[in-house]
Amino acid sequence: MKKTWWKVLCIFLLLYTLIGGLLMDVPHKKILNETIRNIYFHVPMWFGMMVLFSCSVFYSVKYLRKPDLLYDIYATSYARTGMLFGILGLVTGAMWANYTWGKAWSNDIKQLGAAMALLVYAAYFVLRNSMIDIDKRARVGAVYNIFAFAMLFPALWIVPRMVESLHPGGAGNPGADPRDMDARMRIVFWLGAVPGFILLGIWLSTIIIRFRKIEDKNLLHA
Amino acid sequence: MFTQPVHSFQHIFALLKKDLLLELRQQYTFYGILLYVASSIFVLYLAIEQPESTVWNGLFWIIQLFICVNAVAKSFLQETKGRMLYFYAIAGAQQFIVAKLLYNTFIMLLMSLISLFLFQILLGNPLIHFWQFTGIVCIGSASLSLVFTMLAAIAAKAQQQASLMAIMGFPIIIPQLLLLMRISKAGLGEVFQAGALSDMIWLLCGLDVLVMVMAVILFPFLWKD
Repeated sequence: MKKTWWKVLCIFLLLYTLIGGLLMDVPHKKILNETIRNIYFHVPMWFGMMVLFSCSVFYSVKYLRKPDLLYDIYATSYARTGMLFGILGLVTGAMWANYTWGKAWSNDIKQLGAAMALLVYAAYFVLRNSMIDIDKRARVGAVYNIFAFAMLFPALWIVPRMVESLHPGGAGNPGADPRDMDARMRIVFWLGAVPGFILLGIWLSTIIIRFRKIEDKNLLHA
Repeated sequence: MFTQPVHSFQHIFALLKKDLLLELRQQYTFYGILLYVASSIFVLYLAIEQPESTVWNGLFWIIQLFICVNAVAKSFLQETKGRMLYFYAIAGAQQFIVAKLLYNTFIMLLMSLISLFLFQILLGNPLIHFWQFTGIVCIGSASLSLVFTMLAAIAAKAQQQASLMAIMGFPIIIPQLLLLMRISKAGLGEVFQAGALSDMIWLLCGLDVLVMVMAVILFPFLWKD
């Protein structure tokens, strides 16, 4: 087994996040109270999703530069795990919102943005499945992936900053409000949770990629 | 490629002229869209007569979205395989997509202005700043048509193109549509914070430029089969 160190690191970081995130003391804020711990599990999902979708686009660009089906497998696998992280982020956010905002869904701009991102990537898979020819599917899929990414991500980063929102970090950074976290929380969040979940996402994707390489062995070496 | 700028402008111009001539000769498609605009607004009128201004605004943009899907979708459907091969031989991919983008923007502008006129006649006139709203409609219809032209080019490669256009387009267009519905309230008399309106208009224009750049970069990959 080559390069296992980052997998060990991933398990270590996630264990640290679980133990530190659930047991260590957190500042007692009004309304938030103990739900502030959700920041360790909900926000890294979005970091993970963005990293995974970026990887997916990176391989789509590579596919267009050099049409190799292997890149297509990489691009779709990263998009799949990105969607998984997006769904988990939406669910953890909705559970948290249920306690702090009073209801799971309140048409907040950040919830809409998340739902939009998931719909865009769902459309990516529908588009791919509508084509039978493997090369054409890979090429058109790559074009849509790049176009959708270029349209979606500026919108996800800019629009939430222009519209009022209930979400923490309403003014300025749309992801997390730095004022809500104290120094101890920041260590667990930035050193444990964010890199841990990103590594987990990449690990999951590599497993899917290896699985699909075996499945499509005939196509890849043809 | 843009190695000879004069030539590529000539090509773009020739392709634009061809689309316009086709439209003038086969008028049924043009009148088809026109009828689509008129009848959908008429149905709206029958359903809700004279709505209040926020409803009016929302309906106006949703109707623009549907008009755009219909008006732009045909731009790639009407090109047969043989004709595409001919274009492939005489012009570059970039000239082709730029001509399509320009042409669709023109058609969409026309349709948007017609539907604005019809909305005012049938659904009442809540507009306080008419020219401001008209300007926003022009920006909005350009953004819609640019995004959907690119999506039509993608969908043309797949089966069930019409439904794919909607599946791919609606989620992607949401941010622009939200922005448009927001800024068009300026025309309905809402007062914005200083600078907020121009920020959003610049963002929309920036997205338009982004779509054009992406289309010019990505279309060559779609077109070689």
